[in-house]
Amino acid sequence: MKRGRTWLAAIPPYLWLALFFALPFLLVAKLSLSDTALAIPPYAPRLDWSRGVAGVMAFVRGLDLEAYARLPQDRIYVSAYASSLRIAALATAVLLVLGYPIAYGMSRFGPAARQALVMAVILPFWTSFLIRIYAWIAILKPAGLLNSLLAQVGLPPLQLLNSEAGVIIGLVYAYLPFMVLPLYAVLEKQDESLLEAAQDLGATRAGAFWQVTFPLSLRGVAAGALLCFIPMVGEFVIPDLLGGSETLMLGRTVWTEFFANRDWPAASAVAIVLLATLLAPILLFQRQQAKVLR
Amino acid sequence: MQRWVRTLGWAAAAAVAMALTACGNGGAGKGAGELRIYNWSDYIDPALLEQFTAETGVKVRYDTFDSNEVLETKVLQGNTGYDLVVPSNHNVPRYIAAGAIGQLDKSKIAGLSNLAPNVLAHMEPFDPGQAYTVPYMQGTIGIGYNADAVAARLPGQKIDSWAVVFDPANLAKLKECGVYFLDASEDMYAVALNYLGRDPNSKVPADYAAATDLLLKARPFVRKFHSSEYIDALANGDICVAIGYSGDVLQAQGRAAEAKNNVKVAYAIPREGTQVWFDVFAIPADAPNKDAAYRFLSFMMRPEIIAKASNYTRYANANSAATPLVDAQVRNDPNIYPPKEVASRFFVTTAKDQALLRDVNRQWTRVLTGQ
Repeated sequence: MKRGRTWLAAIPPYLWLALFFALPFLLVAKLSLSDTALAIPPYAPRLDWSRGVAGVMAFVRGLDLEAYARLPQDRIYVSAYASSLRIAALATAVLLVLGYPIAYGMSRFGPAARQALVMAVILPFWTSFLIRIYAWIAILKPAGLLNSLLAQVGLPPLQLLNSEAGVIIGLVYAYLPFMVLPLYAVLEKQDESLLEAAQDLGATRAGAFWQVTFPLSLRGVAAGALLCFIPMVGEFVIPDLLGGSETLMLGRTVWTEFFANRDWPAASAVAIVLLATLLAPILLFQRQQAKVLR
Repeated sequence: MQRWVRTLGWAAAAAVAMALTACGNGGAGKGAGELRIYNWSDYIDPALLEQFTAETGVKVRYDTFDSNEVLETKVLQGNTGYDLVVPSNHNVPRYIAAGAIGQLDKSKIAGLSNLAPNVLAHMEPFDPGQAYTVPYMQGTIGIGYNADAVAARLPGQKIDSWAVVFDPANLAKLKECGVYFLDASEDMYAVALNYLGRDPNSKVPADYAAATDLLLKARPFVRKFHSSEYIDALANGDICVAIGYSGDVLQAQGRAAEAKNNVKVAYAIPREGTQVWFDVFAIPADAPNKDAAYRFLSFMMRPEIIAKASNYTRYANANSAATPLVDAQVRNDPNIYPPKEVASRFFVTTAKDQALLRDVNRQWTRVLTGQ
């Protein structure tokens, strides 16, 4: 490739970012500065290009931070943010505890078996996400599969559907591949001779794991945790289907603003604040990725 | 590498072009003779749509929603491509104010004289002179219950009061058996205010605070807040009581009877009175095929057609000429066609302004989450 043309290769990713991140983000940001109105679409002001500069000026003057000012005043938003972050963090912890042994086990197999195992992790994606979550309703409901199984072994039934535990189960199930795959990618590349060296130097197997394997896999841990945590905070479908009415998460809050209150600016403001909160972990993830690539 | 970059570039350009074309056509994809209707789920006999197509040659594309909120949000986006939508009475003033629905050309609708004067009188505050809407069906909010299960838990008590579902003493006995409330803030506050003896259309914050208090006290006994799941739950005998819409509860009754599962579902209109609502046809201002919409409205005005619609939905229609043609079983059911004495205790809800609506929904979220 000629040297002068390398910049060409950078165009597609930036175009992608501009089209599918920056543009929608700016639209939502603009919306969050507007006010609700009884009109089509239901907000004001709208940009009137036909009036030229005067139109743009009138538009800019019409923007304000009212939607943001309301956020901290209302307990509902604060507790929705808090409980979304808490539920996502809890699910991420469970995912790590479950996902790490799976990824570790996978990386200990021979190449052919590994490929089959990676396929097995990806396989659930062949079924629609919604159908898989609906299946959990059948498993968790009061007279569902799980409880009839418990009844057979003589255990009392569990009330999991429409509860926070149900949401965590759904999240862990849906996001497990996103935890396992980055961990596996790191663990699979690890040099076995390092472990042999550790054992030669007198480390027990457990000691070698905690002093060598685990520290070397921290990148995968960070990547997997962020890849799961970030989308889980804003998750809507899983809490809606498996959660109870007391499970307050941000996805539902945005829904209420958008549909029940017809308050597009407030819905946008909630989304923008969420994005700002997640910016720190997203940037962290970016840097992590850049390191891995280097 | 270079070729790869170029290929990717073309692919990206093609994707963008496709996306833009799709936006440009946004929802306006109508054929020459296609009618696009957006109506509530389970709210028309599919055979009627086939008959309409057979008679007129107009193809019908029929989409459904399950809440006024979803309908209004969609219609207020504009350019939905729908020719006919079915909002409920209390939302109509907002649609009119936003310019979302257009004035009807009544010369294009045959049979409007068949409409019941008392229904039109009810609609008057929402759509003065019926300039924008044509009534379709009406129903009430009431108590759906499993007759045997409730009789066993509340022996000797007549199920004819909101106290059955709002008084914690009663709810405590019904809790284990299962209680469902609607997840519809405006409807729930209207009946709660009415039960407390206050104006269901109150604009006084203290009234709503009192209703929130009532609902929060009932909340620990409620298994779920949901606006459609109770139909199956009642029919299967999974729950004892639900606050629900008349036709939905009666559909549950029908399903239980079909399944022969010994579940007797009953519906009660509480003696304190309740909300009656009207679903109306309206034509979006930007409807692509208004002519087809008018033809469909004329079709639905025919007494024998709308009678079949009522037989299917188990809701009363607004067509006086159709009443004798409705199945006797539906027509004589006081829960579907309530006697005058019962209907005199009905009220309608009015449109709320944005600030009050936001406040009510905020309080409703508190009720749902128990915080």
